[in-house]
Amino acid sequence: MKPEELRYAKSHEWAHLDKQGDELIVTMGISAFAVEQLTDLVHIDLPSPGTKVTAGEPCGEVESVKAVSDLYSPVDGEVVETNESLAGNLAVLSSDPFGEGWMVKIKIMDENQMSGLLSRDEYQEQVVDAESE
Amino acid sequence: MSDAKTTLERTPLYQWHRENGGRMVDFAGWSMPVQYSSIIDEHVATRNAAGITDISHMGRLRFEGPGAPVFLAELFTRRVADLKEGQIRYSLVTNDEGGILDDILVGFYHNSYGQPYYVVVVNASNREKIVRWVHEHLPPERANRPGHEIIFTDLTHLWAMFAIQGPRSIELLQPLVDADLAWMRYYRGAQVRILHPAAQRQGGIISRTGYTGEDGFEFSVGAGIAREVWEVLIEMGKPLGLVPTGLGARDTLRLEAGMPLYGHELSEQIDPFKADLGFACHLTGYDFPGRDALLKIEQNPPSQVRVGLEMEGRRAARQGCPVMAGAETIGEITSGTFSPTLKKPIAMAYLHRAYAQVGTVVAVDIRGRIEPARIVPLPFYHRKKKGTAK
Repeated sequence: MKPEELRYAKSHEWAHLDKQGDELIVTMGISAFAVEQLTDLVHIDLPSPGTKVTAGEPCGEVESVKAVSDLYSPVDGEVVETNESLAGNLAVLSSDPFGEGWMVKIKIMDENQMSGLLSRDEYQEQVVDAESE
Repeated sequence: MSDAKTTLERTPLYQWHRENGGRMVDFAGWSMPVQYSSIIDEHVATRNAAGITDISHMGRLRFEGPGAPVFLAELFTRRVADLKEGQIRYSLVTNDEGGILDDILVGFYHNSYGQPYYVVVVNASNREKIVRWVHEHLPPERANRPGHEIIFTDLTHLWAMFAIQGPRSIELLQPLVDADLAWMRYYRGAQVRILHPAAQRQGGIISRTGYTGEDGFEFSVGAGIAREVWEVLIEMGKPLGLVPTGLGARDTLRLEAGMPLYGHELSEQIDPFKADLGFACHLTGYDFPGRDALLKIEQNPPSQVRVGLEMEGRRAARQGCPVMAGAETIGEITSGTFSPTLKKPIAMAYLHRAYAQVGTVVAVDIRGRIEPARIVPLPFYHRKKKGTAK
C-alpha cells in the first residue's frame, strides 16, 4: 500500500479502507515513523478475529526492549483477520510497515469513520512537530 | 518546548552524541543518549567485542586532607581507611534508619605530588542528595579541625568518564595508557598518562570496573579533552568491533548481570540486607549513619528478598508489576526487560522469601493479564572467564 493513500491516527496507526462487495474492511498497521521510534521490537500482541474494537481504545500491544506500547484501533468494528505471521517475523514491521507489516483487518459499518483520521500530510506535520519538541 | 527540557545538563560529549545519531533522553536531569542504532545491537557488540558509553553524568566527588579517611568511614557502610593505592570498593550510603541513600564506588589514589585522595562515584540521580548529605556531616568546624582537615570537591563537571566494556576493551585501551592493564585486577585503578597527542599531555584515571558483567574499564579524563579522547577511542576501536552504546544497552547489560540499579532495586525504603548487599556493610567498625539500625535489621532475616525471574511467555514484566501466588500479592517487579543474550524476558523482583526458591513458578500481573514466571539464580548471565583479570 502506498503511504500517501493511507489515513493515520495521531497514535501512529495507519488505516486503509477496502470495499469488498458490500463489506467495508479496514486494514491497520503502524507507521514507519512509529517502528523507527520503537526500535528493537521483541513482541506483538494482536486481537483475534471476532474481537470488537473501538476507535481510540487499545486493541493490542507492541513491545520493544525498552518499553511496551499500546496499539489503538483507528475505527469501531470487528476484527476479521489477524496477521499471524508477524509474531514470528517482527523484522517485517521495519522492512515493510505499510504492506507485509499489516496487523489486523477490521470490518466496519460506516465508512464516514475514516474522515476522522489524518491525511498523510496532516500526519507528517504532527510527526515533524513531535520531533522538534 | 518546556522549560525543564532546556535546563537539562550536558556532558562534554553532548554534541558528539547529537551528531552521531544518539537518541537523547532526560536521564536524571541530564540529556543522554539512550541508543544510537539499536539497543540489541549495542548490547550484543558489548558482549562479543566492546562498547563505549558516556557515563560523565555520574557524580564524581573528591575528598582530600588528613581527616578524609575517618570522615568517609563515618559516612559510608564499608571500611575506607584500609584501601590501598588504586583500590576501589563498592559501598553504600545509608540514612539513620538503614535505608539506602545511594550505592557508590570509593577509590583511593595519590596525585602526582604524592598527596592521597579519594574519589567517590555516585549515581547521577543521587548526586545532589549525597552532596547535601556530605555538607550536613561536614560543617566548617569539622572540615577545618586542625590536623584533620578535609577538602571536598564535586568533580562531576570537570571530568568526563567513559565505560569501555567487553572482551576486546583491553586491546583497545592498552596502547593508549602507560599502565599494564593485563596486570590490573578487578576493582583496581590507576592514574595514567594518556599516550596520544589528543590528550594534550593530560593524564586520566583508568579502573577495571564496570556495570555490564563483562571484562572492561572505566576511564576518566578532563572535560577539556573528552571529545578528542573519545573520538580516538571510537576510531581505534572500529577494527575491534567497538560501538558507541547508550544507556538502553547499559541497562539491559546490567540487568543480565544481576546488578541492582538505584531507583529500581535500591531506594531509601530498602535496606542493604533485603537488597542482598550485606557484604557491603561493616557494622563493627566506625559508627556511620544507619549503623545501629542495620545492627538490629541484621538480627531478623528480611521478609522479602531480591530474586531473578524468567518469564515463560514473550511479554516482559516491568517495574511496578505485582507478583502473585494465587490471589495473594507476594512482591513486586523492580526491573524487567527483554534479554538480548537469553532471547527471552527477564526481571528482578522483591518477593516474600517463602516463594524465593529457584524453580518456583509465580504469576506476574502485566498490565492486568497474568503471566507465569520462574525464579532463576542471579545473575542471568555469566561471562566466560579468560585472561588475567581476577
